[in-house]
Amino acid sequence: MSAMGALFVRDLKLSIRIGGGALMGVLFFLIVVTIFPFAVGPDLNLLARIGPAILWIGALLATLLSLDRLFQADQEDGTLDLLLLGEHPLELVVLVKCAAQWISTGMPLVVATPLLSLFLNVEPVGIAAVTATLLVGTPALTLIGAVGAALTVILRRGGLLLSILILPLTIPVLIFGVSASLGAVTDPAPFDTPFYILCGLSLLYLVIGPVAAAAALRSSQE
Amino acid sequence: MTETKQPSFRIRGLANPTRFLALLDKIMIPLVILTVVVIGVGLYMALIDSPEDYQQGATVRIMYIHVPAAWLAMFAYTMMTISALGTLVWKHPLADVSAKAAAPLGAAFTFVCLTTGSFWGKPMWGTWWVWDARLTSMLILLIIYLGLIALWHAIEDPIKAGKAVAILTLVGFIIIPIIKFSVDWWSTLHQPASVFTLEGPKMDNSMLIPLMVMAIGFTLLFTVLHFKAMKNEILRRRIRSMQMQAARQVASGNRAAATQAASPSTGPSASH
Repeated sequence: MSAMGALFVRDLKLSIRIGGGALMGVLFFLIVVTIFPFAVGPDLNLLARIGPAILWIGALLATLLSLDRLFQADQEDGTLDLLLLGEHPLELVVLVKCAAQWISTGMPLVVATPLLSLFLNVEPVGIAAVTATLLVGTPALTLIGAVGAALTVILRRGGLLLSILILPLTIPVLIFGVSASLGAVTDPAPFDTPFYILCGLSLLYLVIGPVAAAAALRSSQE
Repeated sequence: MTETKQPSFRIRGLANPTRFLALLDKIMIPLVILTVVVIGVGLYMALIDSPEDYQQGATVRIMYIHVPAAWLAMFAYTMMTISALGTLVWKHPLADVSAKAAAPLGAAFTFVCLTTGSFWGKPMWGTWWVWDARLTSMLILLIIYLGLIALWHAIEDPIKAGKAVAILTLVGFIIIPIIKFSVDWWSTLHQPASVFTLEGPKMDNSMLIPLMVMAIGFTLLFTVLHFKAMKNEILRRRIRSMQMQAARQVASGNRAAATQAASPSTGPSASH
């Protein structure tokens, strides 16, 4: 297990260092949330209504954009070959890399969400709900995105293709994330039902993501 | 020797592309004739013989194209999933050819389904598009098909591309039902008790029989096109390997010429 710990620490260090781009995702999140009012107008009531949706779209795009380097940097410098040849199962390696990726890119988004919610005039209960759904939902995005990152690892410009391949698969997470957030603020709609389904989706993607990504990595390096 | 003498027409026997192509050539003409006949009869029954709907009038005839196209759109994905298993589990050499041939066909049938549905929706619902659960999940299926085709075209080596696409196809096969379910949830949340569900009256035989004939005809059409596309793909791969072989020969020839030119470089005359 210590090898996996070392890999985790290494990935975290690399993402924080210059060229790692850990905080780039938060910056992107901020700018996406900022440009929405320019498009839909500064009406605070409207923004309060669509606020959770804006935050979810922003988090989704920010997560996807930071994913294309998940395996590519390792592939370029040969680390990926070592990981493939190593004694640890590749699924576990992928899982550890996803965990490090989420800590460095997903968690800052969750931390920034309450502040950005204030810009969008989301009420306090809504802020808590959006933050909670993003906390549960962004790991699912990272895990399913890892499949896309592994499939496009040998491509020069895989980032766009990764988004095309993965965005349709993130639709369930988006739907249940937003409907749980909206359910917390609008009265008849429930919060817990979509929230529990969202938790279930995250668990499902926890299984599919590493298995499929490991298979894709193996086939790309043959 | 005894094993090779047995003519086996099992799926493993067809692993040899040459034998597969020979079989295709044998069955192609009868299959095409059958397809034309069934679709011809089906079109006659659907467009001329069948009664008009008492509410929808002649527009109901769009259904005879629309519904089989929708079935085939899903059938093509199932086909690709089986092929993906063939690629990853049994490593059948024709499996990824089959998957590659099925992807554009599935996309085309999905497109036909969406377009005909849209033509039907304009006079019936008064709009080309609504964000109804069925329409939306069909649109997502089209996007997934196009994504798979894009992945085929992004990776140069056909074997590697086949494996990558197979993995994504399998992941999609698990997630597409969830997408369908979540889109249903999403749609019912926003427009409860939608009037657009097609679960309406029980269908009369005068409409059901043409629909079934058209469904069989479309399945035959898919089979013909799929076989043709597989044949094209096999031939395309042969051309590719021939081109690479030729390029390799040219390269090795050049290298030989280069070494020959380099070795007598002390001599003042020849190459310069």
